[in-house]
Amino acid sequence: MIEIEGLNKHYGRNHILKDICLDIREPGIYAILGPNGSGKTTLLKSIIGLVNPESGKIEVCGSSVFESHNYRSSISFLPQIARFPENLRIYELIRLIKDIRNEEADETNLLELFNLEPEMKKRLRNLSGGTRQKVNMVLGFLFDTPLIILDEPTVSLDPVALAKFKRLIAAKKKQGKIILYTTHIMSLVEEFSDEIILLLDGKIIFKGGLDNIYKESGENSIENAIASLVDTNGNGECN
Amino acid sequence: MLKFIKYSFFDLVRSYWTIIYFLFYAIVSSAILYFSADMTKSIVSIMNIVIVLIPLVSIIFGTIYYYNSREFTELLLAQPVKRSSLILGQYGGLALSLSLSFIAGLSIPFLAAGILGSEHFLDFLLILLTGTCLSFSMSAIAYMTALRHENKILGFGISLFIWFFLAVIYDGLILLLLVLFREYPTDSLAIIMTLLNPIDLSRVTIMLGLDISALMGYTGAVFLKFFGTIKGIPISILSMLIWIALPAFLMVRIANKKDF
Repeated sequence: MIEIEGLNKHYGRNHILKDICLDIREPGIYAILGPNGSGKTTLLKSIIGLVNPESGKIEVCGSSVFESHNYRSSISFLPQIARFPENLRIYELIRLIKDIRNEEADETNLLELFNLEPEMKKRLRNLSGGTRQKVNMVLGFLFDTPLIILDEPTVSLDPVALAKFKRLIAAKKKQGKIILYTTHIMSLVEEFSDEIILLLDGKIIFKGGLDNIYKESGENSIENAIASLVDTNGNGECN
Repeated sequence: MLKFIKYSFFDLVRSYWTIIYFLFYAIVSSAILYFSADMTKSIVSIMNIVIVLIPLVSIIFGTIYYYNSREFTELLLAQPVKRSSLILGQYGGLALSLSLSFIAGLSIPFLAAGILGSEHFLDFLLILLTGTCLSFSMSAIAYMTALRHENKILGFGISLFIWFFLAVIYDGLILLLLVLFREYPTDSLAIIMTLLNPIDLSRVTIMLGLDISALMGYTGAVFLKFFGTIKGIPISILSMLIWIALPAFLMVRIANKKDF
């Protein structure tokens, strides 16, 4: 589904992604972890085509991301920061995204899940950060795509919305989707992730399941396991 | 692209700033028409405001709009869309909403003052056309600059400097060159330098239309002598269109290479 080979990206003098190789084929939940500035968001953005890497190959569902934008119809993306056109209303925003994708979708269940129905006619500039993040969730899960990419999805969510988000993720996993997300909340990783991809200084230093990370690090909690792997600095080989 | 023009237009047209911009033109042109009985004088006064204010507002509004919609642009680019369509669409919506505020703000008082049946109707239309071209051109320059610079303060500073250079420094520069090369024929130099500045170009275009030689200045007079009114106006409008197309082209190039 996602095939990355020899991916390199610089921002000025900083080598953000160093020869990344990644192969994701099985449905499941994949957590991309790593310290700040390790390249998590750049990796996700490269898959979506927001970032132009200098070298390497990225294929999503068999199509190269550098050739056409059509492959993005198989991706749902939830960005880290939820900011929308200030003067549009929620229902106008949803209509706009459907119009742009040229795809029909039923948002009723999502709006009900996040209690957004009373807010539908409010202008987006009048919504709180948490409500905007809920709108972001609705847009992120609106379309039935095989690949779902979430960049720090739980930021600004209240505990009730977080619980609903978890239910949503579990349902998507059952449907056989590939879910790729970044987070700094380790309890979420322990609760959900089938696989962990650990980045450090632009290299993948670990890829595998929770059991493997405990075994490899010799630790019994995810925080300590990651800290231990980061300290030993990994081997940077393609997994 | 039309979808993006539609959304950014409907977003911006409901913004407080667009409404204030419209009201400003409506109030100022009503006041000018009220205090001046002569339509020609009113049009010249409006021209002076248009030439200073449109570039400044377009530059500020264009830069702020890009930086404000930065995150939403990312979300839209994650959809199956072409970068060029999105960026040109956003820019189109921005320039259209600015132009509409200006056209509506000016037209309502002038229509009420009876411009339709007046001998100055074509002059008024020329102001609307030039102002619209200037809105499209300067907002394209602003959008291009903001796209090029991720740092908001730097992008905003460069945009404002471009306005300051074109609106203020440039005229001084022309004068300096004309004085320095006074012993040589400078007509071609004056024409080329006018064509290279969209603000000067707008001023000369309106002056040619109004045919007021006293207000033309040296460059306007040379332009008139060289092309005449009949050829001069189409040539200057065509040059204005190049001033829209060129930054729009550069905008797409920058967007295609940019990391969002």
